[in-house]
Amino acid sequence: MIHFDLQLQRPGFHLQVASQLPPEGVTALFGRSGCGKTTLLRCLAGLESGAQGHLQVNGVSWQGNGRSLTPQQRPVGVVFQEGRLFPHLNVSDNLHYGYRRTPVAQRQLHPPEAVELLGLGALLQRRPDQLSGGQRQRVAIGRALLTSPQLLLMDEPLAALDALSKAEILPWLEKLHRNLSMPVIYVSHALDEVTRLADHMLLMEEGKLLAQGSLQELLTRTDLPLSHGDNALSVLAARVTGYAPGDYLMQLRIEGSGNDQDGGQLWLPCHQPPAVGTVVRLRLAARDMVLSLSPPEQASVLNVLPAQVLEISPDPHPAHRLVRLGVGQNTLLARITLRSLNALALVPGSRVYAQIKAVAVD
Amino acid sequence: MFDTGISSQDLMALWLTLRLAAVTTVVLLVLGTPLAWWLANARTRASLVVETLVALPLVLPPTVLGFYVLLMLGPQGPIQAVGGPSFAFTFTGLVIGSVLYSLPFVVQPLQNAFAGVGRELLESAATLRASTWDQFRSVVLPLSRRGFLTAATLGFAHTVGEFGVVLMIGGNIPGETQVVSIAIYDHVEAVDYASAHLLSGLLLGISFFMLLGLYAVNGRFRLTTL
Repeated sequence: MIHFDLQLQRPGFHLQVASQLPPEGVTALFGRSGCGKTTLLRCLAGLESGAQGHLQVNGVSWQGNGRSLTPQQRPVGVVFQEGRLFPHLNVSDNLHYGYRRTPVAQRQLHPPEAVELLGLGALLQRRPDQLSGGQRQRVAIGRALLTSPQLLLMDEPLAALDALSKAEILPWLEKLHRNLSMPVIYVSHALDEVTRLADHMLLMEEGKLLAQGSLQELLTRTDLPLSHGDNALSVLAARVTGYAPGDYLMQLRIEGSGNDQDGGQLWLPCHQPPAVGTVVRLRLAARDMVLSLSPPEQASVLNVLPAQVLEISPDPHPAHRLVRLGVGQNTLLARITLRSLNALALVPGSRVYAQIKAVAVD
Repeated sequence: MFDTGISSQDLMALWLTLRLAAVTTVVLLVLGTPLAWWLANARTRASLVVETLVALPLVLPPTVLGFYVLLMLGPQGPIQAVGGPSFAFTFTGLVIGSVLYSLPFVVQPLQNAFAGVGRELLESAATLRASTWDQFRSVVLPLSRRGFLTAATLGFAHTVGEFGVVLMIGGNIPGETQVVSIAIYDHVEAVDYASAHLLSGLLLGISFFMLLGLYAVNGRFRLTTL
């Protein structure tokens, strides 16, 4: 567990955040630029000497009662936005920098494993100025992991990258997410990255915590700004259960959807299906959901989930309404027009069929 | 008549000059490194004043600097008043004067080099478990190599070329405090242009090749690091 209650006073800015984070998984620190998320991350790393309050990681106090460990005393790994590789050292020496300074007994990851995990084998003799932005960030991640940290802090590691490099590095981050058990705090202002990587979320605004909880919960809470944009979406975890080769479709079962009769089945296009049993993350845009009162017949839509209307709330656009749906234990968000809402006479408690037009699979 | 040989007194002056420049450079690197580090990182009123003091020898006539150092070091000066020896007209006195005189030529390149390393890399090193001294040794020093080379070369070359400060503190004692620049002045005063030519040419050559070496090496560094 990670407990903290930290404050930092700066001219014109006051940071005050208290939270408890689970000991594993990725927690997104999300908010607009200037909301204090990077500052909070720096406080956790011990890089802000003015930080007050306390911080406990796995039962060990890193800060509290007027005492504070220096950054070098904290078993923390930090990946900065710009990578910050040492320009006078090659990739191999950069990777070894923290590893060499980590007590032997604490080393859980070794350079050959990190090189394998992040695909750095061909880059070891290169200097940082000979790397692409994406490669540089992979080295920076490897370098931080090789100190075997108990907490990995990532400060917008993709923000300085172009779209291509981002697309190149995201799969590596997802792989890390699956392979490492250490808790990760991931600062970002890009909802797209967060919905692909995070399990939990701390939503920040002007130095304060606006909300915290599981990613699915926060994304579908209609009182939060996340659901208000055109890109409002929900996430689902689903397990691969089969494959129809002739149709290039894989069959998935939504996690937490109960028994088969609940209809928690989805068919999604794919070329090479992941192994049966793999859990993937689905992202469903609220604008791509169609609601009907009866199961559609003779329609081209493949995926229809029986759902219950939990809540109806206004959308920033007066023509739209946001409908929060319960599907098994999951919640989904649908954005429909006010006219459709009235035509179907939807109220909280209504049973509907949610037709899914498009899904992104990670 | 032109005498092509170099007199033993001139050789002594040359040797003394090189010795003075070498000792001064070493002292300056030892004192200048922490001073430059502090100046590169501190942003206080005190550091502003110290930075200005360090730069003063750049604009002050060397005789002014030499005059004050003489008052400090000489008989009836504050050092003697507290029981210390008189350093006026000694080699030690010359070193003290030269250190002050060449201070900005060592401190400023170092300060620029340290500032160029930037806080970001040091934070990075700190989160990779490097202690403060370790950060300095493993990150700041290697990234400041060019700054050290520039500082050492400029400190040495500038000390070789000093005149006014030495004249004020050291006087002109052959083998003790007589440096090349003063020996040249003496030769010109005595209308011994041949000896003046020889020493001047030597000094010109030494200075030129030192600076040439500095620019060549720094240029090479520049090509490989950028």
